[in-house]
Amino acid sequence: MSTVKAQVTERTNYLNADYGVRSWLLTTDHKRIALLYLISITFFFFIGGFYALLIRLELLTPAGDLVQADTYNKLFTMHGMVMVFFFLIPSIPAVLGNFLIPMMIGAKDLAFPRINLLSWYLYIIGGALMCHCMLTGGADTGWTFYVPFSAITNTKFVEAGLAIFVAGFSSILTGLNFVVTVHRMRAPGMTWSRLPLFVWAHYATSIIQLLGTPVIAITILLVAAERTLHLGIFDPKLGGDPLLFQHLFWFYSHPAVYIMILPAMGVISEVIACYARKRIFGYSFVAFSSIAIAVFGFLVWAHHMFVAGISLYSALVFSMLSYAVAVPSAVKVFNWTATLYKGSIHYDAPMLYAFGFIGLFTVGGLTGLFLAALGIDVHVTDTYFVVAHFHYIMVGGAVMGYLGGMHFWWPKISGKLYPEGWAKLAALIVFVGFNLTFFPQFILGYLGMPRRYWDYSHMPEFQVLNVASTAGATILGIGYLLPMVYFLWSLRYGDPAPDNPWNAAGLEWKTASPPPTFNFDSDPVVTWEAYNYDEIDAPHIQEAPVGR
Amino acid sequence: MAGHATSLKTYFTIWIALLIFTGLTVFAARIDLGVYNAAVALTIASVKATLVALFFMHIRGTSERLTKLVVVSALFFLFLLLGLSMSDYLTRAWH
Repeated sequence: MSTVKAQVTERTNYLNADYGVRSWLLTTDHKRIALLYLISITFFFFIGGFYALLIRLELLTPAGDLVQADTYNKLFTMHGMVMVFFFLIPSIPAVLGNFLIPMMIGAKDLAFPRINLLSWYLYIIGGALMCHCMLTGGADTGWTFYVPFSAITNTKFVEAGLAIFVAGFSSILTGLNFVVTVHRMRAPGMTWSRLPLFVWAHYATSIIQLLGTPVIAITILLVAAERTLHLGIFDPKLGGDPLLFQHLFWFYSHPAVYIMILPAMGVISEVIACYARKRIFGYSFVAFSSIAIAVFGFLVWAHHMFVAGISLYSALVFSMLSYAVAVPSAVKVFNWTATLYKGSIHYDAPMLYAFGFIGLFTVGGLTGLFLAALGIDVHVTDTYFVVAHFHYIMVGGAVMGYLGGMHFWWPKISGKLYPEGWAKLAALIVFVGFNLTFFPQFILGYLGMPRRYWDYSHMPEFQVLNVASTAGATILGIGYLLPMVYFLWSLRYGDPAPDNPWNAAGLEWKTASPPPTFNFDSDPVVTWEAYNYDEIDAPHIQEAPVGR
Repeated sequence: MAGHATSLKTYFTIWIALLIFTGLTVFAARIDLGVYNAAVALTIASVKATLVALFFMHIRGTSERLTKLVVVSALFFLFLLLGLSMSDYLTRAWH
């Protein structure tokens, strides 16, 4: 499948329709805005990755010998803030969602193209503030910026908070645009039950972005008010309640994990259906499990606070609710696996990432249940077990999904084919590097190594596992660099991509690669069900291209 | 917004009402109402937020079921935030 080549003559598309910096910076084309986001988040990914590298190098030896303790605090703070707010949250929605959702539903653009551009500018303003924060010394509060420390630290917390505040509005606007677009802009015949699961996942993500993000914005403002005006909100000395901060923070930040993982689940549904050549098993269950995750995700936040001093009764309720959110996640995993059953499986690079996703997300999800259990949580809270768990979800899950999606839709985005052999190799390197980095951290945490420690010379027995983790991070770094190299290489030297190189279902494959500015030359009408691979692969049916 | 157009007069009336409520908040802040300080301030703020939502955000008079669903969802999630947070605050052993 991956060797399909076609002679494609140069057609007018969104990339060559106009040239010049102005045509990009003032564009309202969702595809160009997606590329602006792609470049921006890649920049922040490598900054966040650089911080990770320094963290892992420091932990190579038990003694704190590479950086000072204060610097180490800043390293893990800026790593977390950059990766969460400036890479993971916008990654799939703002790049792949922006690029694909209008095409997948048969629309010319998003409902509010100018708001879409505004969202990118807000992201850039937030990003510039974050860069200013980093260049002037950085913050040391941890990405969770808990009070009372964040209310008194002398480092650049205000700048970091402001950066996250502004970037949050970018996220809200993207979510708003997706909700309105999915409701209002679907092509004739594109009913809710025919929507690709990628769109369902983004719809659920958008609900979280709309309902959750304002809460973190308000929380940041409250911390700022306490710092500057000395209002008693979180500080007990002033009559405040420090746990109120954690409630507000996690009300957004736990669902924020689903902002990262749900879009990746959408990608995986598309990839698995295509490379197993089957309709997704239990389409409706997978679709509604996205909505269930979005709703249940708002009911579990206090499992981050079990040892913080919250009421035991409340902790019991949140523990039970946390188990409940595992159900819709398991529905997805079981349905993907059932889709593979008797499928005609192709082991192309996007599918390797999808397999990686399923395995790593399952490990991350199951260890989440460990943390939902009150007794175990007390033992492993604030240890490397937690670090390993959320990296399995946010890196093993979300980043694998992002990379799988980038490979799957790269021919559509760029009009070029990437080198399949290198892509498979990169997928394997990422999988091996990831596990070598983070699996030892489960053991370290269970044995009692606390997170955020710069020096562990009083427990030198942990060095072996830390060395393994650092070695894995190096391999993982190579695995992440490789796709960037061959994607860039393919822009110049790659074979031209046919409109539908994977013979995939979905409206986005029925237009040119790269697509024209308004996506389709004529308005598409949908007369088929989602993932109609049985019809596509039936030899007697010749599909007519839509809009060409 | 055809169908539920709001007159300029209504907008000004609501604006004046919001200013009066703001004044009321400042006035109430100068009086020590003891445990009712926060309750009074939050009540005034809630009335103001309701006015903004009903008139400036055109919730009043909307016939769109989707708009109503959005309003109900937002209130439901606010209830979750407050309700579940209070489930902790009110049952703490050391409180």
